[in-house]
Amino acid sequence: MTNYNFSSKFKKANIFSIFLFLLSIIFILFKGLNYGIDFKGGTLIELRSNNIEASSIRDILKNMDLGDVNVKKFGKEGDFLIKVEQKGDNNKLIPEIKQKLSENLNTEVNFRRVENVGPKVSAELLQSGIIAISLSLAAMLFYIWVRFEWQFSIGSIIALFHDVIITIGIFSLLSLEINLSIIAAVLTIVGYSMNDTVVIYDRIRENLGKFHKLSISEIANLSINETLTRTIITSVTTLLALFSIFILGGEILRGFSFAMILGVLIGTYSSIFVASPILKFLKVSYKTLEKEEEKIVP
Amino acid sequence: MLNFSKINVLIIYLLFLVIAAFSILNFQNENNQFIKKKINLGLDLQGGSYLLLEINSDSLVKDKIQSKVIPLKKLLKENNINYNNFKINDNNLTLSIDNIDKFDLLFNLRKDNLVNPYIDKYRAYELEYKKSNNNKIEISFSKFGLLTINNAALKQSIEIVRRRIDDVGTKEPTILQRGEKRILVELPGLKDPERIKALLGKTAKLNFRLVSDNNEFGTEELISENGEKLNISKRIIMSGENLIDAQPSIQNQNNEPTVSFTLDRIGAQKFGRATTDNVGKRLAIVLDGDIVSAPNINEPITSGNGMISGNFSFQEATDLALLLRSGALPTPLVVVEERTVGPDLGEDSIKSGLTSLIVGFVLVILFMIYKYKIFGLIANTALIANLLMLIGVLTILEATLTLPGIAGIILTVGMAVDANVLIFERIREELRTEKSIIHAFDAGYTRAKITVLDANITTLIAAVILFAFGSGPVKGFAITLGIGIITTLFTAYFLARHITSIVVLNAKNEVKI
Repeated sequence: MTNYNFSSKFKKANIFSIFLFLLSIIFILFKGLNYGIDFKGGTLIELRSNNIEASSIRDILKNMDLGDVNVKKFGKEGDFLIKVEQKGDNNKLIPEIKQKLSENLNTEVNFRRVENVGPKVSAELLQSGIIAISLSLAAMLFYIWVRFEWQFSIGSIIALFHDVIITIGIFSLLSLEINLSIIAAVLTIVGYSMNDTVVIYDRIRENLGKFHKLSISEIANLSINETLTRTIITSVTTLLALFSIFILGGEILRGFSFAMILGVLIGTYSSIFVASPILKFLKVSYKTLEKEEEKIVP
Repeated sequence: MLNFSKINVLIIYLLFLVIAAFSILNFQNENNQFIKKKINLGLDLQGGSYLLLEINSDSLVKDKIQSKVIPLKKLLKENNINYNNFKINDNNLTLSIDNIDKFDLLFNLRKDNLVNPYIDKYRAYELEYKKSNNNKIEISFSKFGLLTINNAALKQSIEIVRRRIDDVGTKEPTILQRGEKRILVELPGLKDPERIKALLGKTAKLNFRLVSDNNEFGTEELISENGEKLNISKRIIMSGENLIDAQPSIQNQNNEPTVSFTLDRIGAQKFGRATTDNVGKRLAIVLDGDIVSAPNINEPITSGNGMISGNFSFQEATDLALLLRSGALPTPLVVVEERTVGPDLGEDSIKSGLTSLIVGFVLVILFMIYKYKIFGLIANTALIANLLMLIGVLTILEATLTLPGIAGIILTVGMAVDANVLIFERIREELRTEKSIIHAFDAGYTRAKITVLDANITTLIAAVILFAFGSGPVKGFAITLGIGIITTLFTAYFLARHITSIVVLNAKNEVKI
């Protein structure tokens, strides 16, 4: 078993976390999020061809009065992703755009993917994404409240907020696209981070019952150390899987796996340095457990 | 925890074998299937088109409210209720009446109410009225009246969308109602949905109307196919409803593609009478408010067969025939969401998805052997069993595998070892205080059980919520993640525990973890 003194670093870590959290909120509020067409509406076209530059695609589309057009390389040489902002009925524009590109690029063009989301649908998708994340947080809160004491419930939910906000904050900082798969990633992060927190909390509860003389800081420290090997091994195997998707899984899964990698790192950090100190703050002791004896499972 | 009765062992392995066996079904020969079950590939993996269509019932509501005008006026007149300022708006009628109480009684009559029928299904009236100052009222459709209009239009639209798509002949289309106003269409393997979109975008309301010489009352000015301004009578001689067949054909004289049509008995009668009475005049063929052509009536057509020409290409003639055969849509359909993936991108996604799955899997396996040696092998056996069972369950459910779904499987591989890691770490701890190895293993499994359950249930909650709210490919992720958790619990707590028990009970005191 390791014997690091985590609790002595709680204070520094908490200041660091609060700083990152506030910085993330500032970024999200003032820099904003780079919503993909799923949430903003618009048209996305992925094409493959040879020997063309992004600028020649831009030039062709410039004359079409499409509003905001974004062309970027997408993975392999010759692969491009075109994003056209929502402007009235984009659906009629898709065949026009395809025809213009096929005619004017002096090479064969393969349209690999076309997506178009109308304004009504994108608003609904954003709404259901927000509902899903809120609901999952509420469900976690409820589950921990049923299985543990309310202090643990508060602690875990603060840790979850911490993870979700900082992950989204980094996406804002790097101007990475927020789309449906990022919502899926955030929900999975919620599940994963909770998983990590629960393992440590379980041990804290067990140790609280065993060592009445130790303070909550000491208990937290002991519990974190006892579960540390597991925390690291599980993070490593999950990250091995995620890096494999990030590197080999193709362009479409890149944003998703990146969000998940961030989430696993932040989630692991938060279960040690956010979720545990909160118990001290909420004055948890073995007496807390006695009050709710019936909830303790051997 | 290390003692298994024979019957338990039998159940565990039988359950595993049966479920895992289903994964083999995915490798069957297409023509010679033992059990017809397999994992379906999502549109993002096999390529194809996803369209979400929305009906716009505004025009229907307008027509419907207009159709209430005559019965309403008649009702007021018959019951001596005086009215004035009668106005017809897009979705309501406004008027002032002198006796609102009497009107209210008649308006909300339960039986034989011709103006405002009672809909039994919803226990509500079709119309409702609002009173404003000085006896002015506004009559509009109630919530349930609108719902009835929408539902009828949606049902009819789905039927016609199905006919049109079947007629084009794409393989295995999926056409489903989504909510109150939308139709979901999935067309696997379709590379370019533009033709289908064009076919679904037309209501295809066809009617035959006479061309008038002057702009007298009851005519409207429309532009003909060759730019000529024509006054067309608003009176419809015959509409597309009377068509029983339409086929593209080539006119022999000048090789021009045309559409020949066949009318039903009533249509043939109407058409015959109109062409007999109006020989020498011109007949306009109007489709969705545009003139397709306006030929001269040279002789009466009484056979019930006719032909439409209008400078078509053969493709246009084919499409027009198809539209006429399938019938008119009650309202225009708008594509509100489209996602099309080409087959080569789908193949690439499968390839990169599988590559990352295999690489991730091998990395995790090697890491576990490095960390836990012999028990790493047990964890890995459980992992392989887990993967087989996951694929087996997906096959039994005939689930749809998407690219995010593959990511869910890889993630399951990464997270599944957690259960065994928790248990092994707990056993290591117990070994420090416990002299008997068997006792230590026993205690390890018992004490880790709650933690393993708690930890997995939280992820399961996230997966369930994602499944409920996610759409398309993301749903596929939720499915694999959720099922993965359940198979993980089974393999860790039953399979791996049994194998561990064999190792521990046989090796007695020489086990190292």
